[in-house]
Amino acid sequence: MSQEKPISKIHGSSGIPILKKRESLFKDGIRRLAKNRASVVGASLILIIILIAIFAPLIAIKPFASQVLVDQNKVSEWLVSVFPTMKPYAQISNDYPLGADYVGRDLFSRIVYGARISLTVAFIGPFISLLIGVIYGSISGYFGGRVDNFMMRIVDILYAFPSLLFIILLLAFFRSSAAHFQPGTIGYIFVKFDEALGGMFFIFVGIGLTAWETMARLTRGQVLSIREKEFVEAAHTIGASNLRIMFRHILPNILGPLVVAETLAIPGYISTEAFLSFIGLGVNPPTPSWGAMISDGAISLRSYPNQAIFPALALAITMFAFNFLGDGLRDALDPRLRGTQ
Amino acid sequence: MGRFIVRRMLYMVVVILVVSIITFGLMHAIPGGPFSREKALPAATIKILEERYHLDDPLWRQYVDYMNNVLIPHITTTPPSKALADDCLVNIKIGKVWIRWMNFGPSFKSRARTVNDIFRDNLPISAQLGTMALLVSISIGMPLGILAALKQNTIWDYLGMGVSILGVSVPVIVLGPIFVWLFGVALHWLPPTGWGAKPPYFLGFLPTTLGWDFFKFAIMPAIALGLGASAIIARLTRASLLQTVREDYIRTARAKGLHERVVITRHALKNSMIPVVTILGPLFAGLVTGTFVTELIFGIPGMGKYFVTSITNRDYPVIMGTILLYAVFLVIANLAVDIMYAYLDPRIRYD
Repeated sequence: MSQEKPISKIHGSSGIPILKKRESLFKDGIRRLAKNRASVVGASLILIIILIAIFAPLIAIKPFASQVLVDQNKVSEWLVSVFPTMKPYAQISNDYPLGADYVGRDLFSRIVYGARISLTVAFIGPFISLLIGVIYGSISGYFGGRVDNFMMRIVDILYAFPSLLFIILLLAFFRSSAAHFQPGTIGYIFVKFDEALGGMFFIFVGIGLTAWETMARLTRGQVLSIREKEFVEAAHTIGASNLRIMFRHILPNILGPLVVAETLAIPGYISTEAFLSFIGLGVNPPTPSWGAMISDGAISLRSYPNQAIFPALALAITMFAFNFLGDGLRDALDPRLRGTQ
Repeated sequence: MGRFIVRRMLYMVVVILVVSIITFGLMHAIPGGPFSREKALPAATIKILEERYHLDDPLWRQYVDYMNNVLIPHITTTPPSKALADDCLVNIKIGKVWIRWMNFGPSFKSRARTVNDIFRDNLPISAQLGTMALLVSISIGMPLGILAALKQNTIWDYLGMGVSILGVSVPVIVLGPIFVWLFGVALHWLPPTGWGAKPPYFLGFLPTTLGWDFFKFAIMPAIALGLGASAIIARLTRASLLQTVREDYIRTARAKGLHERVVITRHALKNSMIPVVTILGPLFAGLVTGTFVTELIFGIPGMGKYFVTSITNRDYPVIMGTILLYAVFLVIANLAVDIMYAYLDPRIRYD
């Protein structure tokens, strides 16, 4: 919640305070954001996670893929006191701060490297879905009528397709076709590109193909309600062009809900990747993904809870940080809530 | 409104057809067939198997046959047999004539079962889990959001939103293992895995075991799955209600001297539900697919495991069956959302 006083006490007819000094929406938003404690905490956490991801080779104490089979399932001393059920059978080795996994890889180092995967998804996901969804949804909502009907029918059809199943089907298709593509074909280029990214490319394709629909629907719904407002009518009467009305009058007014929805969606992208890796269709092993680690750990959850719970905590903290930031963004960017204490 | 619903029903059929064509095409485009093994079967064996399941027919023929078996009711005088290829979901006897409908075919992987067996035995469990998670999410989310909005910037607001941020940050794959270990393994309060209900089910999907025997298994997975959705509902309810109470018509309602309770319940709440209702469609879809991971973590014998195993096994009838089923679910859910939309906001007209 913003604590500052409104710049001016004069209120417009709709109760929105009129700012004396003209400020761009963005600058105004940033200023409000900096005053919001929750979003500062979220942003700092994200910054720390970004730094961890960038400097992963320096922070990780071991390479993420090196297996020491004699050390499998070893735990360090403090873990036994946290998870007392392990006491009777745990093998102690303090070389592994969070323990070793079922093939003797250092859990801590893998969690550190795992940040790279989740963060990449967190930043690419919104980009794809906003780009497609907002353009599509605003055209549909703004023109209405037959255009809207047709465009929304397409979204409905795609919507009816269970998106996660669709991604699974696509991933299964690409992953098992990988060896069959001839060099020179588009499929071959995709597969090589995907291999170079450790299996992330098809995850982006999957998210991109499915995530924009929600954004398109939301944008369309918001545009539908905003375009009936008086100020849009006023803009029409003074002869503003469609594009101008769209970008200057409607988009700023729906930005708040869009940002809120998109920040709500970021943890969704992160968990989609984790989900796909959890069921074995995500990144290629041994690329460390938190989802894959939780999946491995879940098998031995009763004996070695540390193997599932630490990657799970890493995932939760990351999602928590993005949600915190998103909350702050909402308060900062939603014009409807401006000036309210 | 009636016309709108009829039109949407017709259009539902189109959606299902499109979904079925895409799925059918994509799954046959995946290299390898249901009978490819690491150690290859003799060519003659594969030939016989393919002949038996009509996989040697041209693709369009296979598709038409499949859709014919699933969509079109067949009227025969022969009673249903025990044969795997002859298992219909709907068998109605009128006089000497049988009306038989929805034959989803046999499973290629589990040779003694049909897709309908999976629907009858495993689907009800997923439906029970999904329904309970939905109930959890609505009954936690809405009151939390309303409370936070009405007491904006008080301790209730911060507490409620703090809880909901936490809830939205812990997906099932995080909450699941923690629950299993904490309440199942360390504290022994609840059984860590398993499910309380077994077939036969009341009305096809309701559990016949009730009370603690059912709920001791269901509590953890339902909360683990529903909590994330409840947080989303709470945040949206709060944001939307805050926006609504600043509208002019609320001021008007207050100005004409209505009791605050009436203003909130009759004017603000109803209008603020519109964005919340929009999100219910995707949320429902998320819960439906979320049941899948939940079932894996909590060892629940639902439909979930057939999702992925059917694709990796190229078990064509199971892939088609599960995807069609979920597509029908989602289309119906979206229709319900649209109808609720019109009810909540009379400005939205569908004709």
